[in-house]
Amino acid sequence: MGRVRFTLVSKLSILLLVVLMAVVLLGCSDATMEADVGSEAPEIESPEVEQTEIILASTTSTQDSGLFDVLIPAFHEAYPEYIAKVVAVGTGEALTMGENKDADVLLVHAKSSEGEFVADGFGIERKDVMYNDFVVVGPDGDSAEAGSAATAAEALKAIMDNGGTFYSRGDDSGTNKKELFLWATAGVETPEGDWYLATGQGMGDTLKIASEKQGYTLTDRATFLNLLDALDIGVVYEGSDDLFNQYGVIVVTDATNMEGAQAFSDWITSAEGQAVIVDYGVDTFGEPLFVPNAK
Amino acid sequence: MGWSIYTDALTEGIELLASGAVDVWVIIRVSMAVSGTAALIALGVGVPLGVWRGIRRFAGRRIGLLVANTGMGLPPVAVGLIVAMGLSRRGPFGELSMLYTRDAMVVAQVLIALPLVVAFTAASVAAVPRQLRLQARALGASRFHEVLLVLKEARVGVAAAVAAGFGAIISEVGAVQMVGGNIAGDTRVMTTAIVQFTRMGRYGQALSLAMMLLGMIAIVNAVLVIGQTSAERYEGHR
Repeated sequence: MGRVRFTLVSKLSILLLVVLMAVVLLGCSDATMEADVGSEAPEIESPEVEQTEIILASTTSTQDSGLFDVLIPAFHEAYPEYIAKVVAVGTGEALTMGENKDADVLLVHAKSSEGEFVADGFGIERKDVMYNDFVVVGPDGDSAEAGSAATAAEALKAIMDNGGTFYSRGDDSGTNKKELFLWATAGVETPEGDWYLATGQGMGDTLKIASEKQGYTLTDRATFLNLLDALDIGVVYEGSDDLFNQYGVIVVTDATNMEGAQAFSDWITSAEGQAVIVDYGVDTFGEPLFVPNAK
Repeated sequence: MGWSIYTDALTEGIELLASGAVDVWVIIRVSMAVSGTAALIALGVGVPLGVWRGIRRFAGRRIGLLVANTGMGLPPVAVGLIVAMGLSRRGPFGELSMLYTRDAMVVAQVLIALPLVVAFTAASVAAVPRQLRLQARALGASRFHEVLLVLKEARVGVAAAVAAGFGAIISEVGAVQMVGGNIAGDTRVMTTAIVQFTRMGRYGQALSLAMMLLGMIAIVNAVLVIGQTSAERYEGHR
């Protein structure tokens, strides 16, 4: 009797294990995307107009800045017929999403890759939307003396030369591309060594890591200001011409929701959309986080 | 377009693994080291706890079972969040400077695996007939030998416990991302690398790691199946 029950239970536990592993595997493939689909979608129902969905692919740093929390509701108010859903990924995947037609419209910030994307026929047109700036952040006291440099590229070089640790995004994002460009300008073609660490994560996570480890990183000002309360690092270098960060909007060729994508592109570059951008951040930080510059 | 998204990535992924591309194998090694260490610790702590819980009739036994079974469903992201907050510079254990290290990942993974190991061990130990233990004691076995005998009888269940724990933590992504930070060559493991490469649109690299992960889960399951069938044979001959 007892023996039979024993094998039955152990078989059941094996079965449970297999089910569990299957669940774990399935759960993983779900979680892998980690993209935040639809959290920005407004809940407003207007029964008289038929609503269609727009997938807006943008970057984690734009989402971390909090801009979409005001931008998406304002767009929905102007165009109740469209529901814009933001998928926040790296610039690399945002462009791949465009190539695969998984997104209708892109809002990204890596101008050279964007130009290539349109030139290859994946996007219809690219328009300037706004800019913000990058800052170099690091520990209090700035032990690597990055602050006294003349340009941002020299500030990075100082971190390397004076024993600072640099945390790179290392994820092909717009910020990462900007950082690599600055290293190249400083004459460092491929930064590597114990002092140079790649997180492969978004701006918010990379800032937290730099703060915990008391290292340096390059960040957009918006994300930094948003996370200020959770960080123990500060701005050590800012304001030079090589720290400029231009955002562009691209309508994807043959997008699923072509009209919606075009409407978003037109709206964000209109006086109305640009006004939302220039107002964002003034209440909280006393200054706008983004400067609109659509033509 | 279409299915070529898989075939292209698959070709690239296999080439990457075959070429011995350093960063891919480093990632796999870190995964094995972190999850292996965590599984061993969970084994060392969880099996004695599980045996105790499975054999002893004590007050609140049902509560203990409930706690461990709830622990099996403990969301890894919640564990990650709690460990990350505790180890943060502003947290109670900030002095240790441990956040975003492999040690922090081991801590989180032990916490995720432990309830699984305890619950599986307890279930298999409790299933060993009580008469067997009483008989062994009657024949002069010590408490220690009694526990050894029970463990021997329940070995398939205990192996399942460890395998379940290892399978859960090696394929977990949320907690290790939060407490490890996915730092290249240091705390980057297979799951966080897959997320990152996907985010970067590098499906080939992502898929090569996903294949290795699937392979490891398959190996763990194969060991279990072999253990189970050989145990059945052994019992059948008696």
